[in-house]
Amino acid sequence: MNDGNGGSARAWLIRGAQPLGGPATDLLVRDGIIAETGAGLSAEGAHLLDAAGLIALPGLVDLHTHLREPGREDAETVQTGTAAAALGGYTAVHAMANTDPVADTAGVAEQIWRLGRRAGYCDVRPVGAVTAGLSGERLAELGAMADSAARVRIFSDDGKCVSDAVLMRRALEYVKAFDGVVAQHAQEPRLTSGAQMNEGVVSGRLGLAGWPAVAEEAIIARDCLLAAHVGSALHVCHVSTAGSVEIIRWAKSKGWRVTAEVTPHHLLLTDELAVGYDPVYKVNPPLRTVGDVAALRAGLADGTIDCVATDHAPHPLEDKETEWQVAAFGMTGLETALRVVQEAMVETGQLDWAGVADRMSARPAAIGRLGGVGAPLHGSPLVPGSPANLVLYDPSVRELVDPAQHASRSRNSPFAGRELPGCVQATFLRGLPTVLDGKLAR
Amino acid sequence: MHALHPDGGPDTGPVAGGPDPAGGKTVLHTDEIRRALTRVAHEILERTDGANDVVLLGIPTRGVPLARRLAARLAQAEDRPAPCGSLDITMYRDDLRLRPARALGHTDIPPAGIDGKIVVLVDDVLYSGRTVRAALDALGDLGRPRAVQLAVLVDRGHRELPIRADYVGKNLPTSQREQVRVLLTEIDGQDAVVLGEGGAPHGRAADGAHGAGR
Amino acid sequence: MIRHLISAADLSRDDALLILDTAGELAQIADRPMRKLPTLRGRTVVNLFYEDSTRTRISFEAAAKRLSADVINFSAKGSSVAKGESLKDTALTLEAMGADAVVIRHGASGAPHRLAGWVRGSVINAGDGAHEHPTQALLDAFTMRSRLGRLEGLRVTIVGDVLHSRVARSNVLLLHTLGAEVTLVAPPTLLPVAVSSWPCEVSYDLDTELPKSDVVMMLRVQAERMNAAYFPTVREYSRRYGLDGDRMATLPEDAIVMHPGPMNRGVEIAAGVADSARSTIVEQVANGVSIRMAVLYLMLGGAEASS
Repeated sequence: MNDGNGGSARAWLIRGAQPLGGPATDLLVRDGIIAETGAGLSAEGAHLLDAAGLIALPGLVDLHTHLREPGREDAETVQTGTAAAALGGYTAVHAMANTDPVADTAGVAEQIWRLGRRAGYCDVRPVGAVTAGLSGERLAELGAMADSAARVRIFSDDGKCVSDAVLMRRALEYVKAFDGVVAQHAQEPRLTSGAQMNEGVVSGRLGLAGWPAVAEEAIIARDCLLAAHVGSALHVCHVSTAGSVEIIRWAKSKGWRVTAEVTPHHLLLTDELAVGYDPVYKVNPPLRTVGDVAALRAGLADGTIDCVATDHAPHPLEDKETEWQVAAFGMTGLETALRVVQEAMVETGQLDWAGVADRMSARPAAIGRLGGVGAPLHGSPLVPGSPANLVLYDPSVRELVDPAQHASRSRNSPFAGRELPGCVQATFLRGLPTVLDGKLAR
Repeated sequence: MHALHPDGGPDTGPVAGGPDPAGGKTVLHTDEIRRALTRVAHEILERTDGANDVVLLGIPTRGVPLARRLAARLAQAEDRPAPCGSLDITMYRDDLRLRPARALGHTDIPPAGIDGKIVVLVDDVLYSGRTVRAALDALGDLGRPRAVQLAVLVDRGHRELPIRADYVGKNLPTSQREQVRVLLTEIDGQDAVVLGEGGAPHGRAADGAHGAGR
Repeated sequence: MIRHLISAADLSRDDALLILDTAGELAQIADRPMRKLPTLRGRTVVNLFYEDSTRTRISFEAAAKRLSADVINFSAKGSSVAKGESLKDTALTLEAMGADAVVIRHGASGAPHRLAGWVRGSVINAGDGAHEHPTQALLDAFTMRSRLGRLEGLRVTIVGDVLHSRVARSNVLLLHTLGAEVTLVAPPTLLPVAVSSWPCEVSYDLDTELPKSDVVMMLRVQAERMNAAYFPTVREYSRRYGLDGDRMATLPEDAIVMHPGPMNRGVEIAAGVADSARSTIVEQVANGVSIRMAVLYLMLGGAEASS
């Protein structure tokens, strides 16, 4: 794969990759951009990378990740989280604001942004809190965060819902001034007080308090109507129910500016997994039913759901090795996301690799407003002139997921011990490899 | 999990009637069993001075109908009912840990109890003596008999404990490779004692397979 | 016998009947001067009670001691648990002490499942959150059979806060296994959303169901539920779903009234009903010891079960 030529040459000649699953071609990466594509390319002094049999995709963009730093470095740091992201094929991640202290000021947002630059594994875009301290009482200084070096554009109280209708309206209105978008974690708090898992047949059997689908759908419906009324943009985090997909489809049909994301785990797993009471399957929003999984897949396939976002939520062992009630909500996901999407969408014929590139790179980049002047910085097609943010992926292998091998500090993956297809072989961030031969390159 | 026969072995139900059922030699036929029980009943009457304070307790499974038959004979002879019941010894066995927990047989102590009485334990086969040892422990927790005696239909030898029967229907020397099966009408549809091949290692697993070892 | 008793659904029909029959035999022990059997001598049974429940704990303790087992009581109050020790660490401690069986009562549904992954001995669920309480269902079935002579085709009506009741869940499962017909009666707010998938009937009207019931089991209703708007007032709950003397008179002649305890006299059950001849509440307690002796004997009295 690598001709072992030290670090002197800056160019990389990638031989025989299949961009978006199409015909094999060569790509020459130089000075941070894709310089040339075509057959039989050559370049003096370039590193050679044999990409025969590998699919080339634009570097993945995650709209929803928890890097835990500052505050919960026992679970993850910006360094370990972005390393995990690179291994998963990501070149940009949006770090959610529910850190400690909360990212509700320019200062904290810039700190996170700087940690990302220092680690160097991928671009870190901090998400700003909507309300100060995530308390749901008054707006945070959204403008200051937008103007900061971190250039925050996405605002979310994720972890909690902005449930007060007036506050949500104000936030939607306010961000119009700087082309921001409010990303809502849709969960009516009163309907989900003490909730542990999806409300349904399984929760009734297991004696665990239920999290009804309507608690998500009612908020989404309200927020779509609010966004339309004030002419703003709404992004819906981690859509998990069939009803939510229908509401978003309806809102889009009206031409309203609503976008939505779905997690990999909601595309594959159901609430039946809770029967052993293993909290590795405890997540918010919860795993739902087979019918919901089917609707989410169809929604992602037809574009009602714009993108896949991991909601990577690392937790230390002591927060997961407990009885269900007491365990933390959340699953890791950066390192398994592309593999799960292949299993759930590509292997089932619902999405081709071009579709994967769109849902996991182009659209999230657009929603995240990751544009520079002119061309966007991430999510661009693999053509000459585009920034060299790309991932080389081998779809042909099938292997068991072993969280002990993950770069994330945390091991709470619901796919542990499960066979999934695919393997990220290489990830390039602005022309330099962050991952080579399936391992971190720096 | 399959239902357990109260003796502890798999429940295969009563054996169909006929001579030499399922292989093996019949060493006691119906009439011989009848005569043996009658003799034992008379011996009990003689040695207990008319069976005044006698309580018969059969050890499940087949000791129970045998005890009832003896009680009927005693009642006939003395024109007075003879107290009769059953004593399940499962909880006192010394080999519990060798197999999954067994279902319990029924314990039924006559209303007058056993304190100060002569308890005659009744069983079908006397083999290692461990069942009787367990029965003695069980009796000890129930009360204080004046004396305890033992009546068995068949004594097949090979004692592992210092236990002996007071009343024996038939002495039947056997090898430990052989299996002794007692069939009784109340349970098996016919009366017979059958000697066959394929006995289990002494005492243990043999216990419970149609009363082949005690 | 199974290695862990966590849900009533773990028991096949044969398993359940074996436990009932064994309990029937062991019930005689209570009447003897010598209330002890040597069967579990040398075995250690740990009572791990995170929730206060003197009644159930004493029942298990009596059962274990009557079988000559050593009993260790580990209650949450004033222990390392109260100081924040995790369930896993507690489990490892018990394992080091050589517990053959752990009887666990815990406020979190699924705690016995987790424990079973950390100890080698048998785990017996004495009540986990709103999930299950299988020995309660067994002693209830035993009581029904003792009083009424059968279980097959018996019409059992369970009344009360089904949503939060582990007793209801275990009873529905076990009675279905044993061939009884169960009807749940409660206000709609106190029934799980998916109750139609359970093997039983559902009704909102107590008065219609009583004349058709061989057994009425009243569940405890907590007044705090009123504050979460499950029902408007205790008075309205009592009026619509409480079993008073008038309602009891509409029961068939031989019908019995049961309650897992502790009772809220005057809320779900009138004092007069609780103390009537139909009431089995006191004998349920005695039967509890026999059932728990049977469970302990069948799970620990023989060779180690393979999982």
